[in-house]
Amino acid sequence: MLETALKGSRRYWTWIFFLLAVIGTGFIAYLYQFRIGLGVTGMSRDVSWGLYIGQFTFLVGVAASGVMVVLPYYLHNYKAFGRITVLGEFLAIAAVIMCMLFIFVDMGQPLRVLNVILHPTPNSVMFFDMLVLSIYLFLNILVGWTVLGSERKGIAAPSWVKPFIILSIAWAPSIHTVTAFLYSGLPGRHFWLTAIMAARFLASAFAGGPSLLIILALIVRKYTKFDAGKEAIQALGKIVTYFMITNVFFLGLEFFTAFYSKIPGHVQPFMYLYTGIEGHGKLVPVMWTSTILAAVALFLLVFPQFRRKENLLAIAAVSTFLSLWIEKGFGLIVGGFVPNPFERITEYWPTLPESLITLAVWATGFLVLTILYKVAVSIKEEVGVEEHHH
Amino acid sequence: MSINRREFLKIAGSSTVLALGGLSVSTLLKKSLLEASQVMPDPRALVAKRWGMVVDISKFKTEEDYRVCTEACHRVHNVPNVGTIKEEIKWIWKETYEHAFPGQEDEFLSPEIKHLPFLVLCNHCDNPPCVRVCPTKATFKRESDGIVMMDMHRCIGCRFCMAACPYGARSFNYRDPRPFIDKEKENLEFPTRMKGVVEKCTFCYERLAKGLIPACVEASQELARKTGREPGLIFGDLEDPNSEVRKILSTRYSFRRKPELGTRPGVYYILG
Amino acid sequence: MYDGWKIILGLIIFIGIATFPFLYDMGKAAVPPPKPNIDTPEIQKMAVKKCIETKSFMRAEHMVMLNDWRDFVVRDGDRLYTASDGHQYTMSLQNTCMKCHSNKTKFCDECHNYMAVTPYCWDCHIAPKEEKT
Repeated sequence: MLETALKGSRRYWTWIFFLLAVIGTGFIAYLYQFRIGLGVTGMSRDVSWGLYIGQFTFLVGVAASGVMVVLPYYLHNYKAFGRITVLGEFLAIAAVIMCMLFIFVDMGQPLRVLNVILHPTPNSVMFFDMLVLSIYLFLNILVGWTVLGSERKGIAAPSWVKPFIILSIAWAPSIHTVTAFLYSGLPGRHFWLTAIMAARFLASAFAGGPSLLIILALIVRKYTKFDAGKEAIQALGKIVTYFMITNVFFLGLEFFTAFYSKIPGHVQPFMYLYTGIEGHGKLVPVMWTSTILAAVALFLLVFPQFRRKENLLAIAAVSTFLSLWIEKGFGLIVGGFVPNPFERITEYWPTLPESLITLAVWATGFLVLTILYKVAVSIKEEVGVEEHHH
Repeated sequence: MSINRREFLKIAGSSTVLALGGLSVSTLLKKSLLEASQVMPDPRALVAKRWGMVVDISKFKTEEDYRVCTEACHRVHNVPNVGTIKEEIKWIWKETYEHAFPGQEDEFLSPEIKHLPFLVLCNHCDNPPCVRVCPTKATFKRESDGIVMMDMHRCIGCRFCMAACPYGARSFNYRDPRPFIDKEKENLEFPTRMKGVVEKCTFCYERLAKGLIPACVEASQELARKTGREPGLIFGDLEDPNSEVRKILSTRYSFRRKPELGTRPGVYYILG
Repeated sequence: MYDGWKIILGLIIFIGIATFPFLYDMGKAAVPPPKPNIDTPEIQKMAVKKCIETKSFMRAEHMVMLNDWRDFVVRDGDRLYTASDGHQYTMSLQNTCMKCHSNKTKFCDECHNYMAVTPYCWDCHIAPKEEKT
């Protein structure tokens, strides 16, 4: 089926080569980082995790969001999602690959990563994270490829796929819960030490992932003959709405606990992020941008007369995605390290090599996504866009 | 017999997986090269059930009192002087009271106490969160004496331990440390580290193994002998009721950093 | 055949790349086998010039032995090694092995360079200072 990705229009190949160029540039930046060390990034003794881990955290959410289209279709026979499930599964594959790449580029000794497998440590959340992510990747490849292959042949998917689909539905929330546990079990970091960290992660995942899926479905419809369906996109819009409301609500809960209890350890990270402390305020404009984007998104999402217009829904989806990308992919991580355990402030900002490497990983994810979507779309176009009943 | 491409690929793939898998299993099951009976600890080694330290701040009167401790440690262990706050590496250092004990917010605290310098280092907690999170057991708690150790060979540089430590005791090698080590003062009997691994105080396990007390404690004692005063660092077995540290803890008021977090730190502070 | 010139061209490029190592060294003299030098002042001072284990054992197993040593010392806290001849040594690359083999560039590096392996020991373990000859 992969051979369908080798045939494409001029625009397709231009996009592919653009992605390869970004990957190439970032790869050279990575060679520089590999030679010198992680000192080429903006990370420091105090802020020891930065953009790489932030992007990883955000993308685990995007990967988990595949369940939002798989669950209604396979468990509740929601026919409208029939055409979009493969897009969701393939997005999950691209997202997990990006997660693994971000972990790899963040390692101080990347050539030793196999030590995590050679010396398994069940009490370490990071060990579990690696395990559940790898299995999730395998599940999505297995299910997505098999179902698509069956569609191409015009037959029903084999019955052994069903238990794997059910497993992937249960697995998706678990990968993001485990990732949340990386943060919510650390005694010294009060910004992260909250019971609702996993719930927050899931809420933003199920708002951010489907937003991206809406944008991708609209792009796919514009440039190919494949249409996921107006009803599917509207349903996704409703999912994004409710989960974005939940996400903002949860953030409000955090604000309440911090500012009503007034415990310095809880208050200070929020002050740093949203107002700055003692003249240190690099992240303040970034966090307020995220807030404004969230407000714009909610305004367009909550009112059905806006949400039903697809061009406004697209704006809302972009707004949601960017807002959450800033909040979970950057603000959350840096906020945990500022102030440091000595109540001192060391600020963090990504450097140029760090940004180039980050862009390259995103480009790799988009490359995988483009190829997989090209395969899916080609096969769907081959078969014709009739409804398939499983 | 004819075989189609799919069958061929299936057979080739499964035989490769079986071969590699069988090879890995046989390597893992191979007996270790050396017998356990061939190795044993050095008989001179200092032993304890749980090493701990008492820092008596009242004995630190001059700048030199602090400096000899931090310099002794950093010299014996080839700790580099990177020179920037961003990437500095420190195993033991001076921190004022308000920063070493940030939970003790007090607007009427005398400026004297607020700015009183303390020595801070890894607390070798009894319930260390850094050990709990390490995915490779590169940092681990030694069962024999409770020291929270670093295995530099295994560390993958994920820095999860740095996020987990509530005391900011750990440093990361953001670049090759060797250019930042003073070659004149290099200790040729101890390795350096390479870029990409985390490091911290290890209670001088390599000295304890030879019957020597930690470098900072020894420096403090030497200075005390020279100046006719008492040393500020006392090292001993927290589980031995007759040790000097236990005697101090039973007679004086002591406090530790962030005890409410449940880490059970092994470094105690007294004010006299 | 269809696309014949593409296949032939591809084959030529492939054969070129696959045989490059051999073509590159054609006509050049063979690389002499490594001669690790054990003529150091410390070894000369020894009455009985013996390593911890036999030469054949060391040549084949020193890598695994050093790995085992590192786990015994760092992880288990054991420092003393009883060799097969009954002698006891402190398990330490820097302070035992390199005390006799103080000429790393003429000993360790000889075989390592020949085999094109770069063990990362020396990234951390300080190599003995040698005079530049």
